[in-house]
Amino acid sequence: MWEFTSPKKIVFGEEALEYLKEIEGKKALVITGKTVRKLGFAEKVSKYLEEARIQAEIFDEVEPEPSIETIVEGAKLARDYNPDWLIGLGGGSNMDAAKAIWALYERPDIEVGAISPVEKLGLRKKAHLICIPTTSGSGSEATWATIITDSSSKTKLELASKELVPDIVILDPQLPKSMPPRLTADTGMDALVHSMEAYVNQWRNDFSDAMAIKAIKIIFEYLPRAYENPDDIEAREKMHIAATMSGLAFGNAQAGIAHSMGHALGATFKIPHGRTVGMLLPYVIKYSAKEAAGRYAEIARAIGIEAVTDEECVEELAQAVRALMKKVDLPLCAKDMGLDWETFTGELDELVSRAIVSSESITNPRVPDEEECKKLFTCAFNGEEVDF
Amino acid sequence: MSEENLLFFSEEWVKRFVEELNKNQSYFEAAKNWEGDFLFIVNTGPKIKSEIVVYLDLWHGKCRDYKLLPDRSAKKTEFIFEGPYDSWEKLAKGQLDPVKALLMRKFKLSGSMSKLMKNVKAASEMAKNCSRVPTKFL
Repeated sequence: MWEFTSPKKIVFGEEALEYLKEIEGKKALVITGKTVRKLGFAEKVSKYLEEARIQAEIFDEVEPEPSIETIVEGAKLARDYNPDWLIGLGGGSNMDAAKAIWALYERPDIEVGAISPVEKLGLRKKAHLICIPTTSGSGSEATWATIITDSSSKTKLELASKELVPDIVILDPQLPKSMPPRLTADTGMDALVHSMEAYVNQWRNDFSDAMAIKAIKIIFEYLPRAYENPDDIEAREKMHIAATMSGLAFGNAQAGIAHSMGHALGATFKIPHGRTVGMLLPYVIKYSAKEAAGRYAEIARAIGIEAVTDEECVEELAQAVRALMKKVDLPLCAKDMGLDWETFTGELDELVSRAIVSSESITNPRVPDEEECKKLFTCAFNGEEVDF
Repeated sequence: MSEENLLFFSEEWVKRFVEELNKNQSYFEAAKNWEGDFLFIVNTGPKIKSEIVVYLDLWHGKCRDYKLLPDRSAKKTEFIFEGPYDSWEKLAKGQLDPVKALLMRKFKLSGSMSKLMKNVKAASEMAKNCSRVPTKFL
């Protein structure tokens, strides 16, 4: 038995945010960060809620990579305010925070670390969750995961519960329009890696496949347009939808080693997540293709690559990803991210040990051992071909 | 001369499983930071008349102690991982991975899932260790 978990409703398209005027309730807590607040989105959400006669309070203390302390503070505010809607507004961090605050609001008897796929949380007794992404990449609005940082141990808690999947997702293309080109590129590559890794993953299924392959096609077509012209509303809408579809894909399959290696690399050298996973993707395709050439060939053919053999498709797919990254001005290897060899090799053992124990490594179509992982990192640093 | 297959979850099988685990470099690397003991329980069902309970004390990539216990109340452990015989058989044959098996509700876990999730490779290597034991199933 397996299952496909998704939000109950996804509202999308221009003026989708106005859907908030239609919801029923008394009080809403909007959970966001300072940057999103400055853009005026939280006030816009509040205004629509007022039209629905829902009183809104804004909690804008969510920082990038939200900490346990922020979650506890947000949950305390929620318990004092007693909302029947929680609204996660922003990028992945804000939406992850909203999920965790919601869990602790409903379950004051548990700690953040107790959120787990095998524990019944019993949510939705006090409130329901709406997620409104303002970037097009994390997919958090469609997944049952939340990543919270334990500041005391400097570790990231990868928490998950199927109950955390939002009730409603609102995809309004006006919101990601505010993203600068660099963020558009980084988040767009994150979405591409989510869908590609889901499509080849050991946990893939027919439902996740459908989401993944469509998302991949959209991203190859529309990411360059959204990058080149931030006001291209059609491209923004398509990328926003593709990011959520990618979330549905990897949320119901898994991500793979571009993510486990990317998390380690990004956290160590403070590089944006989408940039690291995107840079790693062509190397990972070549490595994983030893076990999944047919799956990569299906992706290649879906985006119009006309090579004959699966092996040729794999090669051309890796090149197509590189070509896409060049179009959106992203680095193709780690040394082009400003890292020097000495610093990189000084951290290499730690990078490898963090990457290979991740659950995302275990479900990759080909599971690397330490030596292979080290070689992959080295190839990705120098921009060398993966031939093992 | 081919080796005799040991009956899955018999005393001889468990002994051999632990011997292999303690020689298993992949498991050692993956579990070198692990501290925590388990009861592995095969629930009763068509093939199993009374629960099979195995105690494993896992510490920094090695199994320090193990025992077949008369029942689950004989030892209090940090974790209990339990499921029906068929699920254990699939796990041992590499047809199920331990984390997916939990999500599929083929197994039940008592103990911190978040601690286990930080050590999924160790769990995976332990399941793979079964293939090192010549096994016959019921």
